[in-house]
Amino acid sequence: MGKKRSIDEINEKIRSGEAVVLTAEQVAAMGKEMTPAEVFKKVDVVTTATFGPMCSSGAFVNFGHTTPPMRMERITLNNVPAYGGIAAVDAYIGATETAMPHDQYGGAHVIEELISGKDVLLQATAKGTDCYPRTEVKTLINKNTINEFIMFNPRNAYQNYNVAVNSTSRIKYTYMGTLLPAFGNANFSTSGELSPLLNDPGLRTIGIGTRIFFGGAVGYVAWHGTQFNTGKPLNEHGVPVGNSATLALIGDAKQMSSRFIKAAYFEKYGVTMFVGVGIPIPVLDEDLARNVSIRNRQIETNITDYGSGNFEILGQIDYESLFSGKISFNGKKIRTAPLSSVKVAREIADILKKEISEGRFYLTEPVSLFEKTKGLNSLEIRI
Amino acid sequence: MTSKRFVLTFHPDATGQPITYNLIKKFDIMVNIIKADVSPGEIGHLVMEMTAPAKVLKEGMEYIRQQKVDCEPIDKKITCRQDLCIHCGACSAVCFAGALTMKRDSAELLFEPEKCVVCELCLKACPLKLFSIDLG
Repeated sequence: MGKKRSIDEINEKIRSGEAVVLTAEQVAAMGKEMTPAEVFKKVDVVTTATFGPMCSSGAFVNFGHTTPPMRMERITLNNVPAYGGIAAVDAYIGATETAMPHDQYGGAHVIEELISGKDVLLQATAKGTDCYPRTEVKTLINKNTINEFIMFNPRNAYQNYNVAVNSTSRIKYTYMGTLLPAFGNANFSTSGELSPLLNDPGLRTIGIGTRIFFGGAVGYVAWHGTQFNTGKPLNEHGVPVGNSATLALIGDAKQMSSRFIKAAYFEKYGVTMFVGVGIPIPVLDEDLARNVSIRNRQIETNITDYGSGNFEILGQIDYESLFSGKISFNGKKIRTAPLSSVKVAREIADILKKEISEGRFYLTEPVSLFEKTKGLNSLEIRI
Repeated sequence: MTSKRFVLTFHPDATGQPITYNLIKKFDIMVNIIKADVSPGEIGHLVMEMTAPAKVLKEGMEYIRQQKVDCEPIDKKITCRQDLCIHCGACSAVCFAGALTMKRDSAELLFEPEKCVVCELCLKACPLKLFSIDLG
């Protein structure tokens, strides 16, 4: 057995300013020349990051009580409906929610504006009860007037994702961007070798309670994400091919920055939100050193037809080819484009590296690791 | 055939010739008036698109200028608020002209307006809606 180091030992090094912290891209470059044993010896922590559109995002808000009090039932924020089917003045504003089906303004914009410190129009109605007699309210709120503003995203940071192409003769507008007809382009969404769950594919160090960079603030992994799936085949480097694990994340949105939480609209699809996530990975042994040394050419994913409607898998491709700007497919050169910003992901990985190196961010042992095998149910139409 | 947009500026002393009529009748130029603001005794503007073989378009322009009317081609341009760009690359996906590409090393968006053919696909593709069309 090779040598090991513990998270406590790493935190001690962080405290004394001796921890060696590198970004996943830096360690990937290092891995070209060094063996995993050498990487393990040299590096204590690797920072990973991603900044991509993540629809399964939103925030809980507690507005504070009026006098007389009210149990808000139908709630809107800047006319975007928020879910009020919880306690009196709590609500959940979902990133993709819009007032009308084709609106380009939605929950993500409300969240970004609140994070920026702007005023947002709150309107709510209720039936009125003996304990909550008020039946309507209309006022302005901002992040300083509300009590809690907690971002809770049920499905973020996908471990790998499809490459989208369009085999049909018509332009397709999707959550994977605009897909030109007849394989006119190929869109992908990942930060590749910098992406959190691709650097710890077995989820040995990332679990419930892991402290992370979340939207510019400190956040935590709350649970496994929805549609968490360990059933995808692994390639020779131990990385799942296609979308597999996900994370549910939680953090104080009042502390976040609109630099790392950005509302967006995908044409004829709808509103979504770019979310910045950074996760430190402790290099506990040689196996993890090998994992964090992964390079784009060693990560593969499925080329999937988003035009035909049945999401047929047409082939596989590695991320080095995808990031090159062109891939060869069926004898044709296809232009590729990312939807996830590597530039901002690098910024996040650098911030996290600095925070750890300067002793402001310590690593956590997960309270509990995720299930090793978890499949995915489809929805059966039973009536 | 070439299509080009022009802005015609009428000075108060311009000749009273029926310019668009003559462009159509005498030069066989297809004329599409986009915007018109011409009043007697004042400086007026007419924005129109003319379609014809390039040589005929040139003759048409000369004819307009002979009537003491300024005639300048306008090229609509795509502009981008690059200061707000998050470099996601969604616009580069649709830019078949190659005016919008991702820089390999810095992972930043590179916009080269000289390569732009004003297909306007980037206007819809940008998730932050940072592109707009500038009519000159």
